[in-house]
Amino acid sequence: METKALIDLLREHPFLEGFKPPHIQKMAEMAHEVQFGRDQMIFREGDECGLFYLILSGRIALEVSAPGRIMRVHTVGPGEELGWSSLLMGDAKHFQARTLEPVRALALDGARLRQTCEQDHGFGYLLMLQLVRIVAQRLHATRLQLLDIYAPRGVKLI
Amino acid sequence: MSPTAAKWRSALARVTTVDKETHDTFTLSLEPADGQTLETFAPGQFSMLYVFGVSELPISISGDPQEDGRLTYTVRSVGRATQALVSRQPGQTLRVRSPFGRPWPLEAARGKDVLIVAGGIGLAPLRSVIYHVLRHREDYVRLMVLYGARSPTDLLYRKQLAQWARLPDTQILTTVDYGGTSWRGQVGVVTTLFRHLRLHSAQTVAFICGPEIMMRYVTRQLAARGLPESQIYLSMERNMKCAVGFCGRCQLGPYFVCKDGPIFSYEEMRPWLDRHEL
Amino acid sequence: MEMSQSAIGTLAVLELSALAQLIPTLQRRGYQVLGPTLRDGAVIYDTLEKLEDLPIGWSDEQQAGQYRLKKREDGKLFGYALGPQSWKGYLYPPEVRLCTFERQGDSFRASDEPAAPLKQAFLGVRACELAAIRILDRVLLADRYVDKVYQGRREGVFIVAVNCTGASATCFCSSMQTGPKVEGGFDLALTELSSPQRHVFVAEVGSGAGAEMLAELEHRQPLPEELQQAQAAVEATAAQMGRRLDTTELRRLLYGNFEHPEWDQVAARCLSCANCTMVCPTCFCTTVEDVTDVRGQHAERRRKWDSCFTESFSYIHGGSVRMSIKSRYRQWLTHKLASWVDQFGTFGCVGCGRCITWCPARIDITEEVEAIRGNHRSHSGQGEGSDGNQSVD
Repeated sequence: METKALIDLLREHPFLEGFKPPHIQKMAEMAHEVQFGRDQMIFREGDECGLFYLILSGRIALEVSAPGRIMRVHTVGPGEELGWSSLLMGDAKHFQARTLEPVRALALDGARLRQTCEQDHGFGYLLMLQLVRIVAQRLHATRLQLLDIYAPRGVKLI
Repeated sequence: MSPTAAKWRSALARVTTVDKETHDTFTLSLEPADGQTLETFAPGQFSMLYVFGVSELPISISGDPQEDGRLTYTVRSVGRATQALVSRQPGQTLRVRSPFGRPWPLEAARGKDVLIVAGGIGLAPLRSVIYHVLRHREDYVRLMVLYGARSPTDLLYRKQLAQWARLPDTQILTTVDYGGTSWRGQVGVVTTLFRHLRLHSAQTVAFICGPEIMMRYVTRQLAARGLPESQIYLSMERNMKCAVGFCGRCQLGPYFVCKDGPIFSYEEMRPWLDRHEL
Repeated sequence: MEMSQSAIGTLAVLELSALAQLIPTLQRRGYQVLGPTLRDGAVIYDTLEKLEDLPIGWSDEQQAGQYRLKKREDGKLFGYALGPQSWKGYLYPPEVRLCTFERQGDSFRASDEPAAPLKQAFLGVRACELAAIRILDRVLLADRYVDKVYQGRREGVFIVAVNCTGASATCFCSSMQTGPKVEGGFDLALTELSSPQRHVFVAEVGSGAGAEMLAELEHRQPLPEELQQAQAAVEATAAQMGRRLDTTELRRLLYGNFEHPEWDQVAARCLSCANCTMVCPTCFCTTVEDVTDVRGQHAERRRKWDSCFTESFSYIHGGSVRMSIKSRYRQWLTHKLASWVDQFGTFGCVGCGRCITWCPARIDITEEVEAIRGNHRSHSGQGEGSDGNQSVD
C-alpha cells in the first residue's frame, strides 16, 4: 500500500489522536497493511511476535488455553490496538490472539518503533503516553471484570 | 413527579405464561383475575408482587406499557422469595400492588438520541423504554442499546434484541464479562462498547440500569464524554417493604427510592453515589 | 354553653377536684383515656380509669443512660418530665395486621384490614410530644401517600396537653424550638400550679372540642397572679434545659462530614441495640412480616416497628448496604437532623432527650453533634476535652 494511503488510515485511527503529521509520516514508513481470515491466529502464547497492530475492521479475541478448554478474556475491534507488549522489550505474548471474523489491520514493527522513540524523544513521549492510557483503560476494565458484578450471590455490592 | 406515580391499585392477577430466559431468570406475564383491573404503568415503575404466604417483592415492570390489562416481569431467582415467584405456573394467582415509583423521563428525551445502557437483569426495566420508543419512533432520533451480561448464557431477550438491531437508526451492542469459545461477540465490560458509538453528547439522553458498581463507572464515563448530568438517568435499588415511603428502608441519602425514585438523574444522585455504606 | 371557634384561646382555672372529673367525662363521651402511670420503675403510658392512676407526687431523674423515679415533696400530677414511651404507640402501633389472605382452590382471596376508628384521649401530652405528633402527621398524612392506620387513629384523638413546669437533665426542646410551652395542636392545655395552699390548673382551650369539654367541668376565670405564675413556671423550665443542641447550619454540617472520625468513635460505643429508635417519638421505620398457618390455608401480613440499626434493615441481594455500626449510627443521626429537613421540611428531632436517657452506652445526640462540629464535651465521661486532656465524669 502506498505511504499516502497508510498516512490517511493512521490519521483516522484513535490511537494516533494528538500525533503531529511528521510523527504520522514516520509511523507510516514502518507500517504495512495486513489481512486475516476468520479464526486465524495472529499470535500465540509465548510468541516473540514483534508486531504492534492497529485494528481497522473485524474483531479479535484474546484467549488463554488451559487443559481441555480455551478461556476468552477480552475482545478488541476496530479503532483499538493489539500487541502493545511489542512496544516493550523482551516480552513474549501472554495470550493468544484469534480473529473472530475477517480482520484488516495496520501492523507496525515494534523494534523499529522503539528505535524511533530513542532517537526522537518527542515522538517517544507521545507514543508512551498513549500506550499508558490504553494499558490503564485495560487494567481498569479488567478489574471491573474481576469483580464479577453480575454474579448472583455472596458479592457485596457496595 | 409524574401524577401517575401517586395512584396505585391492588389486584389479584393470574399467571398466563412463564418463559425461561436463562438458568435463573424467568419472565412472567400476568392478566387480571376475577374481573379485577390491573393499573397501567409508565416505563421504570415497579410493582409489589405477593405469592401466597411468601413476602411481597418489588419487581420492575418489563413489559410494553401500551399493552392494556397485562403486566410482564422478568425476575431473577436470588433467594427464597424470588424463587417462589419464578416457580409460579400458568393459572396460579399473585396479588399485585402497582404501579409505584418515578418513571424514566421519556418526555425529556423527545427529539434526542436515546442511549440505553443495561447491565445484567438491568435490561428488564429498560425494555419498557425500548417498547415505548419503538411505538413513538418519530419522537426520538437514534436508539442505541448497550447491554452487558456475565456470560452469553445470561443474555436476556436475545431474539428481540436481534430483531430490534435490524431496525433503522437503531444500534444494539452487547458484551459479556466471560465469553465461551462459541461466543463470537464482544468480551469486556459494558463501557468497552462506548467506543463503538458516535455520540452527539448534547443531544443524547442516557438511561442506565444495572448493578450499582456498573452504574457508577458508566455514569462517570458518560459524563466524561460530555453528556450533561441532567441528561443521564439511573434506576436505583434499595430494600423495600411498603413501596409508599413509610417503612423507611429504601432511604438513600435524603431520597426514598420507592417514591422519589427509583429513577434519578445523575445530577441528583452524584453526591450520594460515591459514598461508602450510604 | 355554645361551642364556637372564638372560644379558642380562652383561659380558665380548674381546681384539682374539677380536673378529677375530666377522665370520667371523657369516658362518657366514648373516649379511651390514655396517660401516664407508674409501672416497672418508670412513668409509662396506659389506660387511665381515674385521676389517682396518674403518677401523683412522682418525679424523675434522668441522665445519659440513667433513669430513676424520685418521690416529690408535693402531690403534683405532672411533676415528672418524660418516660420511655411516646404517644406514637397509640397512633402508629408497634404491631398491626395489614391484611389477611385465604386460599380458594388454585387462587386466594385478599382482605385489607379496615382501619379501626378509635376514640382515644391523650392526657398529659408535652410540648415536645405535640411537636412529634405534628411531625408524624407530616410524614404519614401529608406526603405522597397516606397511612390509613395512622389516619384512622389520629382523626379521633382528643389531646389534653400539659405545659412543662420542670425540665430533665436530658431535655433540649428549647434548642429544637418545640417547647417547653405548648403551641397549638391540642384540644386543652393545662399548666399545673401546686403549692401548700392550693392545687389548680390553668387551662387553655385549643379547639371547639376542647371548649365543649371545658364547659362540662367546673371552672372559673383565672386570677392575674395565676396567669403570671403559669407563665413564670414555663419560662423557668425553658431556662432549666439539661442539654443544648446547636442547630446552626446543621444540615450542611452533617452532609459535609460523612467521613468525620467521630463516627468511628461513636461506633466503638454504640451497641446497635435500637433503644433510641424505639423510644424516639418520631422514628417511623417498620418491617413487614408475612406468615401462614400450619395448613397453608390462611396467611397474614403484619407490620411491625423496626429500626435502621438492625443489620438486615438495608439488606439487598448480596448483602446489607450498611454493614458497619458506624454507617448505621451515621444514618440515624443524619436522617434525624439533616435528611429529614429535605424530606419533610423540619428536623426529625424534638429535643425530648429520650434517646440520651435510654441509651445503655450513654451516647448523647447533643454531644455527637458537638463532636462533629469539632467541640468535645465530657458529659458521658468518655470524651476528651478539646485541649487533649481526658475528662473524668
